[in-house]
Amino acid sequence: MPDGLFIFFAALTLGAALLLVVSRNAVTSAMGMILALVGVAADFFLLDAYFLGVLQVLVYAGAVMVLFLFIIMLLDTEDATGAYPWKTAALGLATFFLLAAGVLWLFHWSGAVSAVKAGTTPPELSNNPAEFVTAAKAFGRLLYTKYLLPLEIAGFLLLVALVGVVSLSKDNPESNA
Amino acid sequence: MENTSLAHHLILAGLLFVLGLTGVLIRRNLLVVYMCLELMLAAATLALVAFSRFNRTMDGAVLVFFVITVAAAEVAVGLALIVALFRKRGTVQSDALTTLRD
Repeated sequence: MPDGLFIFFAALTLGAALLLVVSRNAVTSAMGMILALVGVAADFFLLDAYFLGVLQVLVYAGAVMVLFLFIIMLLDTEDATGAYPWKTAALGLATFFLLAAGVLWLFHWSGAVSAVKAGTTPPELSNNPAEFVTAAKAFGRLLYTKYLLPLEIAGFLLLVALVGVVSLSKDNPESNA
Repeated sequence: MENTSLAHHLILAGLLFVLGLTGVLIRRNLLVVYMCLELMLAAATLALVAFSRFNRTMDGAVLVFFVITVAAAEVAVGLALIVALFRKRGTVQSDALTTLRD
């Protein structure tokens, strides 16, 4: 039996994600998304990944979702109201329950995951320099040694995204149809 | 941590992913579809952190760091595209955007 905090935050995350998927109001969906991301961050804390939990709340639930809410309110789209058409509802329910059964089978009933011993390093990772540490400085050390090239690519990607967004949101009079 | 196993976290991540996928399939508002995509990404990061913790290695956690970076850049570009689309077509409902089909 998993501990109470895990059950609480798992239920919170799944409930908020359900709200995101089924709510017909885009702002309510965004609120559900924020709650789900905070739930994921709480699960990061339960997994001793404190730095990632903080990062998740700051970047994802904070900055990214504020951007989402800003765009939702800027566009102010009209939402469909009332119940879902039965074909959409049937498609959604069938997808969810089939794949959820698949997830439960793969991770629970098939017994493949529970056979893995927790907390032991697999032999193929025995001379890996990245031993698990909870301190945030382990990230800094790894980012500038083993993961230096990905870090620089990520920085370049952010620059490309910045330039791309500026050129996308510029009003181009020649492209107006 | 003491009382949760790897399977618990993987089941949570899997169910979150499935919920996001369901949302992508059934929703028509592009902004909500985009949020559901982000939810699938968050579910994948949850699985990565769980594997990283239970294998006692830092690599999964560092990969999550990069996923968060890429997701932030991706959200900025995607939302700019959606705003550009809205300025051109006046709607973000995907069933109203059928120019290629007609």
